[in-house]
Amino acid sequence: MIEVANLVKSFGNNTVLENISTSFQQGEVVAIIGPSGSGKSTFLRCLNLLEQPSLGNITVNEEEITLKEVNKIKVRKQIGMVFQHFHLFPHMTVLENVTYAPLKVRNVKKSEAQSLAKQLIDKVGLTDKLDTYPNQLSGGQKQRVAIARALAMDPEVMLFDEPTSALDPEMVKEVLDVMKDLAQTGMTMIVVTHEMNFAKEVADRILFLDEGKLIEEGDPILFFSNPKTQRAKQFLDKIL
Amino acid sequence: MNLDFSQIVPYIPFMLEGIWVTLKFVSVCIVVGFILGTLLALCKITKIPLLKWLADAYTSIFRGTPLILQLMIIYFAVPQLTGYDISAFLSAVLAFGLNSAAYVSEIIRAGILAVDKGQTEAAQALGVSYKQMMKDIILPQALKNILPALMNEFITLTKESAIVSVIGYLDLMRRAQIVGADIYRNFEPLLFAGLIYWVMVYILTMLGKVVERRLRVSD
Repeated sequence: MIEVANLVKSFGNNTVLENISTSFQQGEVVAIIGPSGSGKSTFLRCLNLLEQPSLGNITVNEEEITLKEVNKIKVRKQIGMVFQHFHLFPHMTVLENVTYAPLKVRNVKKSEAQSLAKQLIDKVGLTDKLDTYPNQLSGGQKQRVAIARALAMDPEVMLFDEPTSALDPEMVKEVLDVMKDLAQTGMTMIVVTHEMNFAKEVADRILFLDEGKLIEEGDPILFFSNPKTQRAKQFLDKIL
Repeated sequence: MNLDFSQIVPYIPFMLEGIWVTLKFVSVCIVVGFILGTLLALCKITKIPLLKWLADAYTSIFRGTPLILQLMIIYFAVPQLTGYDISAFLSAVLAFGLNSAAYVSEIIRAGILAVDKGQTEAAQALGVSYKQMMKDIILPQALKNILPALMNEFITLTKESAIVSVIGYLDLMRRAQIVGADIYRNFEPLLFAGLIYWVMVYILTMLGKVVERRLRVSD
């Protein structure tokens, strides 16, 4: 579904991603792990063109999105994204946050957008917060709204950029639970995370990045019990 | 001290009419300044060098020369150049509106830059177009933050509007001068005009507070 070939991203002289090639299948849940500064987030952000790759190409549903003339809006419509710091629109209520993009980008009718939004907000367990503004929500609640907001565009794949890293420990689970439910519905998910248990339990595949290179990829159980590379071994020793 | 306010009583209707005249052109100037200022601010944050340069040059000129000079150039020099006999009202609106736009554009630019970059990214990730993102997401948040600075600019504009008296426009200030000349007493009409300006600014301040409170519901 998504093919990445020889992806390179550099900022000036600083090469953040070096020659990454991989692919993501429909319905697959992939966890991207690695030390900070390894380029995980940059890689994710290249997939929806929040960062323009310097070299290489990315194909989504047979369409090459790294071409210059490609319509970024069209690409992003099919790719949902959840950020570490939520980035909810603070001047809109929960319901407005979730209905905004369907109304303005997909031109869905208002009644339709609202009933879809209510369903999604119900799915993330926040029906009682419909008319609340983001500032009155906890971190975990904000992140769940952000997930509902991304899902409202009916994306084919969801990108998660360290979705639980900014949360208080007791709120991590509520967000991970929502993500697990989502994985069970067959959503294609690419998750940059430091939650190793989540990666182990939910992911179908692990990508391990270090210093901008894809060091190792493979099955979570094998990866965590018996990593092939020395670098991955060192990393796991430090954190587990 | 021989203040005698009874002498200006016959002139009160004449002076009060000045409120309307002042309000009329100040409100047009605020609208012109705000709209043009917003457009200039958007030009300043684009990646297109020409637009950026034009907006910066505009700001430099209108901020770098005295308002009274701009007013006099528009009212006295433009007819000499073009033969078009420009009215005092139109001159005033142009001078104050264009001048205010330069200041407003800087205020709005600062407001836009202060909005968290994550807001832009969230909007982009949802496939929102640049225009809609600015209109629905960035500008509303920017305006909320800059409202006090913007109110300051509007208040300054209201008071500085008294400068139009130099081109003979019959605003509140000019009327106070006329009354003063008529009754050979300046203190009373000027004091009266001062009071009216203060009341106008006070009302404007109150309006600003109401708007501010409205915008703060999401806090």
